[in-house]
Amino acid sequence: MNAKVLILLLFWPFAALAQGFAGLGTEAGDFATPTPGRAFDFPADHGAHPDYRIEWWYLTANMTGPDGTPYGLQWTLFRSALQPRDGTGWDTPQLWMGHAAVTTPDRHHVAERLARGGIGQAGVIGDPFSAWIDDWSMAGPDMDNLRLTATGPDFAYDVQLRATGPLVRHGQDGYSVKSAAGQASYYYSQPFFTLTGTLSLPQGDIPVMGQAWLDREWSSQPLAEDQEGWDWFSLSFDTGEKMMGFVLRGQSDYTSATWIAPDGTATAFPDGAFAATPMGWHRVAGRDVPVTWSVRLPARGVDVTVTALNPDAWMTTLVPYWEGPVTLSGSHGGVGYLEMTGYDD
Amino acid sequence: MTAALLSALAAHWRRNPLQLITLTLGLALATALWSGVQAINAEARASYDAAAATLGEGRFSQITATDGAPIAQETYIALRRAGWLVSPVIEGRLAGVRLLGIDPLTAPGGLGPVRPQSGGDLTTFLSGPGQIFARSDTLASLPETGATGVAALDVAPNTAITDIGLAQRLLDRAGQIDRLILAQDQPLNRPPLSQIAPDLTLSPPQDGSDVARLTDSFHLNLTAFGLLSFAVGLFIVHGAIGLAFEQRRATLRTLRALGVPLRRLIAVMAAELSVIALLSGGIGVGLGYVMAAALMPDVAATLRGLYGADVSGQLTLRPEWWLSGLLIALGGTAFAATGALRGIARMPLLSGAHERAAAMARRWGWQAGAAAGLIALSGALALAGGGLVAGFAMLGALLIGGALALPPVLSTLLAAAEARARSATAQWFWADTRQQVPGLSLALMALLLAMAANVGVSTMVSSFRLTFTGFLDQRLASELYVSATDAAQADAILAIAATQADAALPLLSIDREVADLPAQIYAARDHATYRDNWQFLRAVPDVWGRLAAGEGALVNEQLYRRAQLDLGTRITVAPGTSLPILGIYGDYGNPIGQVILGEARFRALFPQVQALRFGLRVAPDSVPALREALKSSAGLTDAAMIDQAAIKALSLSVFERTFAVTAALNILTLAVAGFAILTSLLTLAAMRLPQLAPVWALGLTRRQLALLDLLRALILAVLTAILALPLGLALAWALLAVVNVEAFGWRLPLYLFPLDYLQLAALALLAAALAALWPAWRLSRTPPAQLLGVFRHER
Repeated sequence: MNAKVLILLLFWPFAALAQGFAGLGTEAGDFATPTPGRAFDFPADHGAHPDYRIEWWYLTANMTGPDGTPYGLQWTLFRSALQPRDGTGWDTPQLWMGHAAVTTPDRHHVAERLARGGIGQAGVIGDPFSAWIDDWSMAGPDMDNLRLTATGPDFAYDVQLRATGPLVRHGQDGYSVKSAAGQASYYYSQPFFTLTGTLSLPQGDIPVMGQAWLDREWSSQPLAEDQEGWDWFSLSFDTGEKMMGFVLRGQSDYTSATWIAPDGTATAFPDGAFAATPMGWHRVAGRDVPVTWSVRLPARGVDVTVTALNPDAWMTTLVPYWEGPVTLSGSHGGVGYLEMTGYDD
Repeated sequence: MTAALLSALAAHWRRNPLQLITLTLGLALATALWSGVQAINAEARASYDAAAATLGEGRFSQITATDGAPIAQETYIALRRAGWLVSPVIEGRLAGVRLLGIDPLTAPGGLGPVRPQSGGDLTTFLSGPGQIFARSDTLASLPETGATGVAALDVAPNTAITDIGLAQRLLDRAGQIDRLILAQDQPLNRPPLSQIAPDLTLSPPQDGSDVARLTDSFHLNLTAFGLLSFAVGLFIVHGAIGLAFEQRRATLRTLRALGVPLRRLIAVMAAELSVIALLSGGIGVGLGYVMAAALMPDVAATLRGLYGADVSGQLTLRPEWWLSGLLIALGGTAFAATGALRGIARMPLLSGAHERAAAMARRWGWQAGAAAGLIALSGALALAGGGLVAGFAMLGALLIGGALALPPVLSTLLAAAEARARSATAQWFWADTRQQVPGLSLALMALLLAMAANVGVSTMVSSFRLTFTGFLDQRLASELYVSATDAAQADAILAIAATQADAALPLLSIDREVADLPAQIYAARDHATYRDNWQFLRAVPDVWGRLAAGEGALVNEQLYRRAQLDLGTRITVAPGTSLPILGIYGDYGNPIGQVILGEARFRALFPQVQALRFGLRVAPDSVPALREALKSSAGLTDAAMIDQAAIKALSLSVFERTFAVTAALNILTLAVAGFAILTSLLTLAAMRLPQLAPVWALGLTRRQLALLDLLRALILAVLTAILALPLGLALAWALLAVVNVEAFGWRLPLYLFPLDYLQLAALALLAAALAALWPAWRLSRTPPAQLLGVFRHER
């Protein structure tokens, strides 16, 4: 991805939200900053990087029930460091935030958790992989076999994830530039999860099958000062190809995209290659949000209309934003996830 | 016309400024006492509310350890990881300040000084040296912690809030949590609490805090005294209004004869009184504020000492009490003026001049009847009533009945004196005194009430003090009390005590509910200290032997009365264990129930309770050496040791402060009564001229007349004081045997303090003499021409 960074920035400090999405670019200070050419070290890099200010484990999934009803789910763990160090005990300067959601065509269930680091309430270990906050967890013997659980006041899910393809590095071998001024993050994905499991919804338990996409990203100063929000797309085409693309909205928009072949081969596209234009707006939570988009990557012949499965997929979290499953039509069919931030009321 | 009417009515006050002052001051004093007490109560309640809001007790369920022990941090994490949305709280004392540690990330909405939404504030709260939120006076009393102090008005008094990590460090309790607050929305699929943490208990949100319930009786006491003071003040108001209306009858008749409709006249007079009432009420509220501000630190200290309630020593101007002060001033005036206004409504337009003498020749029949009825009612309530409200109703009936009975009784006594008088002067003196009783009756009734309240309350307090000091002597038998921080230090203490002390008695206790009431269970070792010193209110034979054998339990009087227990009643002290009651002991000053078990039984039932506090028996002159040894060998600090004398002094100081407020109210009430006498005499003085002039003409000098007036005031005061004594003793009995039992849960023996009563009577005489001095002096300086004038234009 992605501008999901911004969420984390908003999370750190929480107050940023009140100030709007503008002015989120922050100095990296004593924190480590991403540099090009660093090779990922797995499985250690699946774990946390406390020297960097922000980091997340971001999973979205498109699923269908036995009757063909489409569903979406989200499981996100954010880490935000007050200081670049780790430790144990209450004075550990690492804060954690979890978001979970299930989207149906007519409902959107959301839950949020906050936790302090250093006391065992939340954390991520690379090997064997385990990410957790409270009773929510994403864990397994390795990154290719995971069990994912979350609960909220009115929903819960418990699903198995199995990777059928390789990890995908975005940008320059995982070094993903986020602005013309050079702000960047480390960014890789696992877009090839197949998913089976159960959603617990008010109407009862629903067995589901589908595909999931995990984003991993960490950074210390991921955005330029003038960038105020973003629109991020993860699309899975019926052809087996996948595409990640985002627009960072600022004084001038900055776009980026990764084309992922069915075998996992990734091609990065620079600023301007990818374009997304709002087509239809929807009023949700007191603001207008574009829920129909025209998305194009002419270099790959992509010209699709992206439509929200449920236009009310608003995350009523501490830092509110829109995140939900989408369907595709046009040059390509398929499904995906859309995230939009910075649409002030 | 209304303007003309008002000016005609106002002329009366211009001609009689003293009456206006009397009315205003009487009303202001009455309002001051009432609103002062209300201000104190309102402040205390606000403090309780602030405390409850700080801790979220009213809104959120809480989880605590069943045995009252701290909760391990691992248990907290285990609960979170099982899906229980709980937030940890640690609580302790730091330099006397209640320090609360919270976790702002998990605290349910609105708890604590910073929230995740507040951004940068949260960062400062969680990182660096940290922050402590408290009122500025509380911050000032905290030791240097390195953290930044942040002044916050919405934090409860004497309470400081900080991050749980910092709090654990400051309290030296790493990894410990005292309770968990449960968020309202919990996720699906949580396993039951008993499966994750079987030793924890969930309690639902409480309606009002524990402290508020505990202190209810204390505030009811204060309210009752405020009401009594107000009643005394109303006597003054009633007197002043009655007099003013009496004197204005001629004016009113003239106005009516000029065609002013009765309805309009009454309305204007009511408006006039309302204005006076509001002005006086305003003055009264101001005075009440000053009084409450002066008393508040003592009240706060009392509530802290007696109930552990943290109450602000500073007073805030709150609408609930100053509005109620103004309202009660209006209501009191209306009450006092109803009779007078009705009299005007019924006044025949053409009746002749009102004869003063006729007004004086009142019959006391109905009043004596009402007095007898009220006293009988109070007797019936004493016999049959239950509950604090019935207790106060009984007190009210007794006091009002006694007050109403005063004028008939005085009249009868004076008539008897008159019958025995020989000389003409003496006969005139007694007759004239008796004739003045109606005019002075309200002031005298106020004096009677004030004195009775003084006798009653001072008897109650002194009886309590006697009982309490005796109780302290038996309960605090050990010479030195020490507390260890951990088991190792406890062992070190025991090792030293084994050689240097006669005995080391462990003080084991645990908080539990007994008979559905909050209580503490203690262990008692089978030792001569207890056998020799403790006295029981009721007990079975060989109570200590049977207790040591584990055959039963002892309960304190509070628990015995509240749960309606009896000797032999079985109480459940632990799940599945119920024991019969072997004895009931007095436990004064403790707000909650207490149960004592034999040590062996206690240790078997509650093995988790460690003995960390000990009472050490040692010869008094060896105490310093023992302290030294404990300090050097067991590493005890001075703060961890307190000797018998120091505990006693501490307990007694708490006790004294508890009653400082009632004593202050008593003195104020007496002052109000003295003022009532002064104003009555002053207003009477002017009217009595026509009756004194003939006596003067017959040869008594002005000086003699003035001396006789002074003597009369003293005689009336003495008679009132004598009558106040039995009334006061009845009041004391009611306070000790009814109100105390209901309010605190203990009944106290009644002791008599004749010297105190004499002193009080002397004080009352002094007040009466002082009050009579000025009118008498004015009488002695009355120009003869004025006395002669009486004969010139006799009305």
